[in-house]
Amino acid sequence: MSSAVTPVAPGHSGSQRGGSRRKRLDLFGDRALFAICLLAAILAGVVIALVAYQVIDGASEAISKFGLSFITDTKWQPNFKVFGAGALLYGTAVTSAFALVVGAPIAIAIALFLTLLAPKGIGAVIGPLVELLAAIPSVILGFWGLVILAPFAKSTLEPFLHSTFGFLPIFGEPQTTGLSIFTASLILVIMVIPIIASISRDLFRSVPRELQDGASALGATRWEVVRGVVLPTTASGVVAASILGLGRALGEAIAVSQVIGAGSEIHTNLFLPGDTLASRIAVQFPGHLNDLHASALFYCGLILLVIGLVANLLAQWIGRRFSYRGAAP
Amino acid sequence: MSDSRIPDPSAPLTPSGNLRRRQIFSRLTEVGATGAAVLAVGVLIVVIYTIVSRGAPAISFDFLFKGYPDGVGPMILGTFVIVAVSTAMAAPVGVLIALFLTEYAGSRGAGPLRLTLDLINGLPSIILGLFVFNLLVNHKGTSGFAGAIALAIIEVPLIARGAQEVLLLVPKALREASDALGVARWRSVLTVVLPTAMGGIVTATVLAVARAVGETAPLILTDFIFDPKKFSLNIFGEIPNAPVWIFKLSEEGTEKGYQEAWGLSLVLIVFILVASLGARALLGRSKRKLSS
Repeated sequence: MSSAVTPVAPGHSGSQRGGSRRKRLDLFGDRALFAICLLAAILAGVVIALVAYQVIDGASEAISKFGLSFITDTKWQPNFKVFGAGALLYGTAVTSAFALVVGAPIAIAIALFLTLLAPKGIGAVIGPLVELLAAIPSVILGFWGLVILAPFAKSTLEPFLHSTFGFLPIFGEPQTTGLSIFTASLILVIMVIPIIASISRDLFRSVPRELQDGASALGATRWEVVRGVVLPTTASGVVAASILGLGRALGEAIAVSQVIGAGSEIHTNLFLPGDTLASRIAVQFPGHLNDLHASALFYCGLILLVIGLVANLLAQWIGRRFSYRGAAP
Repeated sequence: MSDSRIPDPSAPLTPSGNLRRRQIFSRLTEVGATGAAVLAVGVLIVVIYTIVSRGAPAISFDFLFKGYPDGVGPMILGTFVIVAVSTAMAAPVGVLIALFLTEYAGSRGAGPLRLTLDLINGLPSIILGLFVFNLLVNHKGTSGFAGAIALAIIEVPLIARGAQEVLLLVPKALREASDALGVARWRSVLTVVLPTAMGGIVTATVLAVARAVGETAPLILTDFIFDPKKFSLNIFGEIPNAPVWIFKLSEEGTEKGYQEAWGLSLVLIVFILVASLGARALLGRSKRKLSS
């Protein structure tokens, strides 16, 4: 397109020839740049496909041996070549649900604070600080959880919750180590908050000022503006953000493995050890006993991959399908 | 009913009844929201404080530059090498993808590509470890290179997203001026668009590096067994690296190991904080420069 306007001095044969060489070079350059950009874009798609293929390939032995009963079976005995991911799935579900139920409201409250309440200077400091929470490597957060949070949970949090809400089966008798599903969930809460908070904050900022002012002018209190205007216009986006946070919680391997205590049974009591799919892979893969063991861990990865992709696609779909039209750029 | 028609002029101007209840409730939610923000910042401060107060005593010249058991030099060097290699792979790909998104893909091509990037970004990092394990390690053994590939996959979407944001900010007038001078597209991309956006691209890359430095899950499957005494630059062999070392020390649970792990955590955290805060400040500046 732009090569058609290459300047050529009329009647000047030397520059004419130079111009056409330049023209050819430009044509080549344009095509080459397009080609490598396209190649890079295709590479991204290939990576996703390749990841799925390799994980399925690694899991194939376990899939053919255990089939779908792997998902519900709760026995995990590498020495006897018996594997079932039921307890791991349960642990994954409980920790992620806990992280979301506790983390999402806190994160949304933070986002509301940053957009509606905080004075400009304070918001400009706290916003990045909350995002910095996400920058702490999971291995360091997990280490902190192991050394600081777990003893604190054991000595203070768990006994308190047990004595106050002990009538609920989830707050049963605390364990002696502090390494439990509960501690792992707390670590996940910390990891989920910055993700949900930063997306929600951007969403809340996109709510038209006039709508909020209109509600205020009608006599709505600040909370009523939030409840009646801000949240309804951004609800789908907030749900999508929460699902993204959930995806993060589901797949977190390292930090969880450091504080969850590696139990293999299903308990309703949160204060007992458990394990998740991701953390089981992280802990057992480096020293797997046999090929079937490795393959079973790949199978866990495959389950995780499927859940993760579904959650992500769901978040994308909700974000687009139900997004408030006025907020769209 | 009858006396409400004529309000008492001497009554104090404070709300009562329903309005009062609503205002109190609103106040409570404000306190709650503020409390949530304080809580999050408090957790950050507690974590950072713990790392600094427990890690600082471990830091010394020997600790930073000597091999095990005196220090963690090989791990720091190895992490540097792995992340450098992964960034060398990820940065060009990320920038090219961003260019494709802004220059070539219409809205029809950009949608699926952006979705793909989001999906890659959302993949649990342990899955990437499994992927690279089956692709490379299973046949050739663990290596820093295998880890670097996994880290590169993590970095690409981050760099592409960041680069795309700044590329979109490059003023239209610059492009049009370049077109009007009859400059071919590839020339204007290379000589006008990319240099203008360079600041933002660099910061996006730095942010991606800050993320990759601490990634542990992929390395646990690809570069787990190494000699902590040996300084190694050979990317195709096992390279000691900091995140996996912290993980190992925390699993071991010895007092000396813990202290070493805190020290190494401090090194990592300082690097990450400096990189991400610096990059953010730079990004803000270059964005303001572009949009003004």
